[in-house]
Amino acid sequence: MTQPKLQVKNCDLFYGDFQALKNIDLEIQEKEITAFIGPSGCGKSTLLKSLNRMNDLVEGCKITGEFTLDGVNIYKDMEITELRKRVGMVFQKPNLFPMSIYDNIAYGPRTHGIKKKAELDEIVETTLKQACVWDETKDRLKKSALGMSGGQQQRICIARALAVKPEVLLMDEPTSALDPISTIKIEELASELKKNYTIVIVTHNMQQATRISDKTAFFLHGEIVEFDDTHTIFSNPKEHKTLEYITGRFG
Amino acid sequence: MSVMSDKMRTYRSHPMSLVFNILTKIAVTLTIGIFVLIVGYVIIKGVPYLKPSLFSANYTSDNCSMLPAIANTFIMLLAALVIAAPLGIFCAVYLVEYAKKGNRFVRLIRLTTETLSGIPSIVYGLFGNMFFVLALNWKLSMLSGACTLAIMVLPLIIRSTEEALKSVDDSFREGSYGLGAGKLRTIFVIVLPPAISGILSGVILAMGRIFGETAALIYTAGTVAKYAGLSDSGRTLAIHMYSLSNEGLHMNEASATAVVLLVVVLLLNGLASLAAKKLSKGGN
Repeated sequence: MTQPKLQVKNCDLFYGDFQALKNIDLEIQEKEITAFIGPSGCGKSTLLKSLNRMNDLVEGCKITGEFTLDGVNIYKDMEITELRKRVGMVFQKPNLFPMSIYDNIAYGPRTHGIKKKAELDEIVETTLKQACVWDETKDRLKKSALGMSGGQQQRICIARALAVKPEVLLMDEPTSALDPISTIKIEELASELKKNYTIVIVTHNMQQATRISDKTAFFLHGEIVEFDDTHTIFSNPKEHKTLEYITGRFG
Repeated sequence: MSVMSDKMRTYRSHPMSLVFNILTKIAVTLTIGIFVLIVGYVIIKGVPYLKPSLFSANYTSDNCSMLPAIANTFIMLLAALVIAAPLGIFCAVYLVEYAKKGNRFVRLIRLTTETLSGIPSIVYGLFGNMFFVLALNWKLSMLSGACTLAIMVLPLIIRSTEEALKSVDDSFREGSYGLGAGKLRTIFVIVLPPAISGILSGVILAMGRIFGETAALIYTAGTVAKYAGLSDSGRTLAIHMYSLSNEGLHMNEASATAVVLLVVVLLLNGLASLAAKKLSKGGN
């Protein structure tokens, strides 16, 4: 068996006195889409944020256990900027900076020391094309990014994340603030990106998980109840709780 | 008519509603009335005496020129802001971006700034007199005055900068950190630009306070009516007006000075609201 891209061993996470994650073990394989499903407050977003250490920003957050990226411990043996360059993130709501589309995309590469205009132009064009939003943006690269629609903004956010050439893309309910058509576009995009990237997506939408993911983890009360091929989870779950959740009996 | 009678019916069943309605209207009328009265009084008393001689190059007891005082005022403004603005802005950046929430030290700073903003300016004047003028032996000087004023407006700048920084959506910070940017880059490239107009409106309010301040300056910068360098004693426009009316010999000139003071303060407030408008635009 190959080494997993991301591995979580024996993880407990506390916000103050509240235990948000209990004894999590998880392996995420390269160039697959892994979906986290479960009711609100079950810890799926929390685990996602731990994978690129965004929880460090939360006060009173304590994490124990081992997190590795390609076998390297991300909490002990890796610079946080290096980690976040390799593990990019797309947030629930589009959060483009109040500046031009071009500057938004170029922000990441500039942060990591790319200054040459030709190189930045190249990155902006390729990533916007990768995120399938080039046609809508090519004539207005210098205009404010906040003038675009919500769906377009989210795809620009994905382009911005891709601009630092990450290996893993974390998506935290990326379509929950979007209309159905934009949602389909983002889903198609995720399936396309799978060829080159490892993707972890948190979703409230079980159809979305079945449509795009290879593996699915079902979370409940801070624990992973079941983790398996998406097909198995949705057709033949082993745990009774999983069955109840996917058939809509709670959550 | 039917609307009126509807209203009357409502008032009959809820008499307190009528009383409250009338009370609010009285309050509004009084407030506007007082403002109009003051501005009108200053203009009627002052404008007829706005003579060219009041703006002569040098002050003599004959022409009562306010030109040196105007020059001193702007030097004072500049000096006090050069000290207070960076100090206040960086202090706020620390409080919002670096300090842990609920930190004891932060609570202490917040308590201190709130207390300082409530202290009468004469207390700052006496402190400035004891510390800058006497203890540091800077004498009565523009520098002593500027330092005293800087301390006085510091809480104002800290508070408004804090609010401006807090109004920047956390999702911008997350987005920046998520791309691997560090704290410094996030603050300077992502957080400060959208906050700048809010910070600016705080600085302009501080300018207004500096402009109108007398009590804190009498004991620190003194009342000499000459063009003053930083180490000289000199009067600002507000002090100029205070001295003229205090001497009782040049009441008309004092009124004319009041007009100039009023115009500049109104201009500053206009600038502040313009900056605030820009802030709300930036938020969209």
